[in-house]
Amino acid sequence: MSVAQAARPPRPAGLQNPYSRLPDWFYPANVVFWLGLFSLYGILVTFFDFTPAHFGPYLSPFDSPEVAGRVLPPALWVVWVPFGFRLTCYYYRKAYFRGFLWHPRSCAATEPARGTYWGETRFWIFNNLHRFAMYVTVVQLAILWLDMVNSFWYRGHIHFGLGTALMLVNVVCLSAYTFGCHAFRHLVGGNRDCLSCYRLQYRLWKGVTVLNVNHTIWAWVSMFTVWATDLYIRLLSHGLIPHGLWS
Amino acid sequence: MADRTVKLSIFRGDPGGGDMVTYEVPTQEGMVVLDAVLWVQSHRAPDLAVRWNCKAAKCGSCSAEIDGFPRLMCKSPIDEYGDEISVRPMHTFPLIRDLVTDVSWNYEVNKRIQPFTPSEADLADPQPWRMQQEDVDRVIEFRKCIECFLCQDVCHVLRSHGQKDAFFGPRFMIRIASLEMHPKDAADRRPLLRGEAGVGMCNITKCCTEVCPEHIHITDNGIIPMKERMADLYFDPLRFVAGKLMRGRE
Ligand code: SF4
Ligand code: SF4
Ligand code: FES
Repeated sequence: MSVAQAARPPRPAGLQNPYSRLPDWFYPANVVFWLGLFSLYGILVTFFDFTPAHFGPYLSPFDSPEVAGRVLPPALWVVWVPFGFRLTCYYYRKAYFRGFLWHPRSCAATEPARGTYWGETRFWIFNNLHRFAMYVTVVQLAILWLDMVNSFWYRGHIHFGLGTALMLVNVVCLSAYTFGCHAFRHLVGGNRDCLSCYRLQYRLWKGVTVLNVNHTIWAWVSMFTVWATDLYIRLLSHGLIPHGLWS
Repeated sequence: MADRTVKLSIFRGDPGGGDMVTYEVPTQEGMVVLDAVLWVQSHRAPDLAVRWNCKAAKCGSCSAEIDGFPRLMCKSPIDEYGDEISVRPMHTFPLIRDLVTDVSWNYEVNKRIQPFTPSEADLADPQPWRMQQEDVDRVIEFRKCIECFLCQDVCHVLRSHGQKDAFFGPRFMIRIASLEMHPKDAADRRPLLRGEAGVGMCNITKCCTEVCPEHIHITDNGIIPMKERMADLYFDPLRFVAGKLMRGRE
């Protein structure tokens, strides 16, 4: 610590960000609570539930595409894709670096003293591979759209139930999240220096920017829609909630 | 809330030591923190060191930490605060005296960035260059920077970890972005970004964006696109192979 910094009086305890009406613990606490709860749920489903969350025309996003055989829990084949995408997502990086790692917990707050900080240059360097997670996620998203379309058809009839509605809302929210991705924004046009030289890319970039501005919102909303969709279909498949429409 | 008296605690001291000194300041409607500090300077403490110029949030001189949070004093209405307000100098830069810090490190960093470099062909072109609005729109955001260095002050890489040798800081990430995205610039600053500029030190926690008085989307529009461009060169084997193949065909 330099002499100049040693001369400073201690920081005030009750730090208030004037740009936010919320206390500074609110954001990290929420991240830890909701992301932590969802991760626990994901771990339970992925490693311990051997029953596919497949019921009538409904198929959970955790278990799609369905992989034959029951040796491993069905979600284990699938969840590495969204897990990798969200782990390396530029928004979730903020969420977990603030919420779980306190790097920093909130702006201008004192960070607990730990070893040297390396940012994303050592352990976290894999975050630079976000684009590859995005490519695979786009493929999985296409499969989820197919699942959603298929859920409108059951035993030779048009069908619409709560599960269909959830699956529909879920793919829309997941698409808004996926196609607002920063790596996608770079890929479609952001990598160009002369945007005006590539009209189509310019338009695509503009469109992705609309979603990208709200990437935080779509990241959270789509997490909850995945959760709700899976929970509903999983409870149905375990016979834990009544359905009444078919047997 | 007009016409009340606030207790304004200002840091008074130099590199040898100092303390918070409290002054009672009568306030008026529309007053900003800088007004209160200047009232103290003219009525109570004529030797109080404070840097300011425009009082219009445009010169970037009056950066300080108000109730512990980095902000321009001239853009911080007294009415947004309670009856006790604290004002400290920026934490990240060496103290000179009272509220004045030495921000010259930033100017040194700036010199290490290759300036605007047009291609040989563009240089030889006798016609005036034309730039399309779409291209202007993207980089003009970065030109709004007033060099208040609040983003540098709040960035935890510089502030909490003191890693000025490893990271240029958010202000210079957007300076690099404004050059890299310029259609007439021909230089490649991606090796600089990965190397001494240290874009990898940023972990996208967005405090710089939170404090920027010009509301520049420092992370979303500047740092993240720079990380992606750096990834094109260093972390994308597909691009690498595709580039080799293309060159092979030529
Ligand atoms: S987003 Fe990056 S540059 Fe901005 S304050 Fe955080 S670590 Fe620093
Ligand atoms: S980017 Fe914003 S916060 Fe940083 S120096 Fe420029 S105006 Fe100030
Ligand atoms: S006095 Fe110029 S920015 Fe505050």
